[in-house]
Amino acid sequence: MAQMTMVQAINDALRNELKNDPNVLLFGEDVGVNGGVFRVTDGLQKEFGEDKVFDTPLAESGIGGLAIGLSLQGFRPVPEIQFFGFVFEVMDSIAGQMSRMRYRSGGRYNMPITVRSPFGGGVHTPELHSDSLEGLMAQTPGLKVVIPSSPYDAKGLLISSIRDNDPVIFLEHLKLYRAFREEVPEEEYTLPIGKAAVKREGSDLSIITYGAMVHESLKAAEELEKEGHSVEVIDLRTIMPLDVDTIIASVEKTGRAIVVQEAQRQAGIASNVISEIMERAVLSLEAPVLRVAAADTVYAFSQAESVWLPNYKDVIETAKKVLNF
Amino acid sequence: MAGKAQKAAQFDVKEQFEAVENQFQTLQILNEEGEVVNEAEMPELSDEQLQELMKRMVYTRILDQRSISLNRQGRLGFYAPTAGQEASQLASQFALEKEDFILPGYRDVPQLIWHGLPLSQAFLFSRGHFKGNQIPEGVNVISPQIIIGAQIIQAAGVALGMKKRGAKSVAITYTGDGGASQGDFYEGINFAGAFKAPAIFVVQNNRFAISTPVEKQSAAKTIAQKAVAAGIPGIQVDGMDPLAVYKAVSDARERAVNGEGPTLIETLTYRYGPHTMAGDDPTRYRTSDLDNEWERKDPLVRFRKFLEGKKLWNEDMENEVIERAKEDIKNAIKEADAEPKQKVTDLMEIMYEEMPNNLKEQYEIYKEKESK
Repeated sequence: MAQMTMVQAINDALRNELKNDPNVLLFGEDVGVNGGVFRVTDGLQKEFGEDKVFDTPLAESGIGGLAIGLSLQGFRPVPEIQFFGFVFEVMDSIAGQMSRMRYRSGGRYNMPITVRSPFGGGVHTPELHSDSLEGLMAQTPGLKVVIPSSPYDAKGLLISSIRDNDPVIFLEHLKLYRAFREEVPEEEYTLPIGKAAVKREGSDLSIITYGAMVHESLKAAEELEKEGHSVEVIDLRTIMPLDVDTIIASVEKTGRAIVVQEAQRQAGIASNVISEIMERAVLSLEAPVLRVAAADTVYAFSQAESVWLPNYKDVIETAKKVLNF
Repeated sequence: MAGKAQKAAQFDVKEQFEAVENQFQTLQILNEEGEVVNEAEMPELSDEQLQELMKRMVYTRILDQRSISLNRQGRLGFYAPTAGQEASQLASQFALEKEDFILPGYRDVPQLIWHGLPLSQAFLFSRGHFKGNQIPEGVNVISPQIIIGAQIIQAAGVALGMKKRGAKSVAITYTGDGGASQGDFYEGINFAGAFKAPAIFVVQNNRFAISTPVEKQSAAKTIAQKAVAAGIPGIQVDGMDPLAVYKAVSDARERAVNGEGPTLIETLTYRYGPHTMAGDDPTRYRTSDLDNEWERKDPLVRFRKFLEGKKLWNEDMENEVIERAKEDIKNAIKEADAEPKQKVTDLMEIMYEEMPNNLKEQYEIYKEKESK
């Protein structure tokens, strides 16, 4: 075991897969000699060569096409989109092409692609760096969408994502890259895609969340505990497909739930989670399921992040509404 | 004096454009009369190969006529007419090897057929059945791309894959004149150039993107010169001339497999029919004079004359091909008719290697429905 940040854990997973499978290719803008703008791919080109880890021209759409074409030649591409706000440039390759390839070819071709991309607020990035656009991906049949919140999850989920023979969008929250260290096994391990984790057990309220909001929710749960409320925190880890079983088991136990996301209320995937609960566990509910989400504006100008981004106080406030309903 | 010196130093835009234009002269080997006008560029093709190319062009003309008619009878679905583009489509495919990978646009079904896609599957593609896209193993093609330009960036990836594998093969992709305005068109040729990947990019300039004439796509005098922006060779050929198209593609292929990178080829061609059979009416935007002008350039007419002059072609041979084409088409349609109807569970099964929970749940629901 070693103490790793999420950046190190991701780097470790990539190194593991480059060693494990000669078809794995890493490419994107500045991922090679530079080691990535966040050092996620640091040292990998030096260790595995320019043939495996390489820079591309500055064109996200071309990067998507490159990944698709390389897959058609039997490679296992792990392209990077420098910031997920730039996904619009490559929306067709992701949502119009790779997500559909197995289906459109009747299983003749498949796309074992893992698109890695950072996102998320709280670090005062410039425009269109921090937007939470996972909801767009979650609406696209043919994709899986993974969002880890810890170094341990990041490594195991990334290895699983790379080994998956269908496209996976792997979103890395900027604020969590170096926020804390955690024990991460040095040897390889996998974590199942589509499986949530109960990060804290409780009996009065279920908080269902993902990404940076996992930590805000855990902080809120601690505060609520002081006031005598036992709160369960579920980290979805994969937002498409949802781990409905874990969500429903928790809601049936607690009878109350909130869904917490960083994305705007009209975006993200909170409404999906609520719909699943309504369809499957309405009779267990003591109160409506409420959402914590950002305002339905464009992502905040950086100086306004602190008043705009949801945080643990918002979680506490909404939790209390549900607890006191 | 100072003013005059300044004027002399001014950038000569006219000269710049002329200099560029002069580098993209149209390559032609056979003129409209079937006469060889450029012996130096004559490709090395045996008599049998020349006959085979003619057979394929005649066969494909019949395929187009029958497809239009079957579409009108409601026995085919989506269909983008190909008549007029036989030289551009088939002579380019004729220059390929089996290992080469084709990424077609939606009008490029003929290339797939001659690369090994069974005719019945081409018809299933037209009708909208997933079995049409289940390309047989060993046939290196992908089904026709509907998103104009997407095939170009994907071709750059396929070509880079071949280069990484050390394969002596190429990726070839096709788009139209309108497609050359897309961002993915530029990105694709630029990526292939930057990676020196073995790709051949063919732009079939049939002068119209639905109703929009090529002059409204770009102020550039040729599409071939767009290669300059990627730093790769660009060639403009007479796309109604099978020998010129064959020559341009074979040369590009040779450069590519020798590690010299991609080529952009513009074929000047024409579609005699509408854009697609989905209600497009070319009389709204094309004059009959223009149609007549291009019909005089028909690739079949000039190649027939050329082969007849060499005593390699006659009416009997042509009729034999026509009869064979009609027979094949009839059988292929029957085969397509015999394909079982698609079920929702079929569609679910081809989404992922392993179904995620949501699909597993829905699968049971549909299986129940389908059992009734």
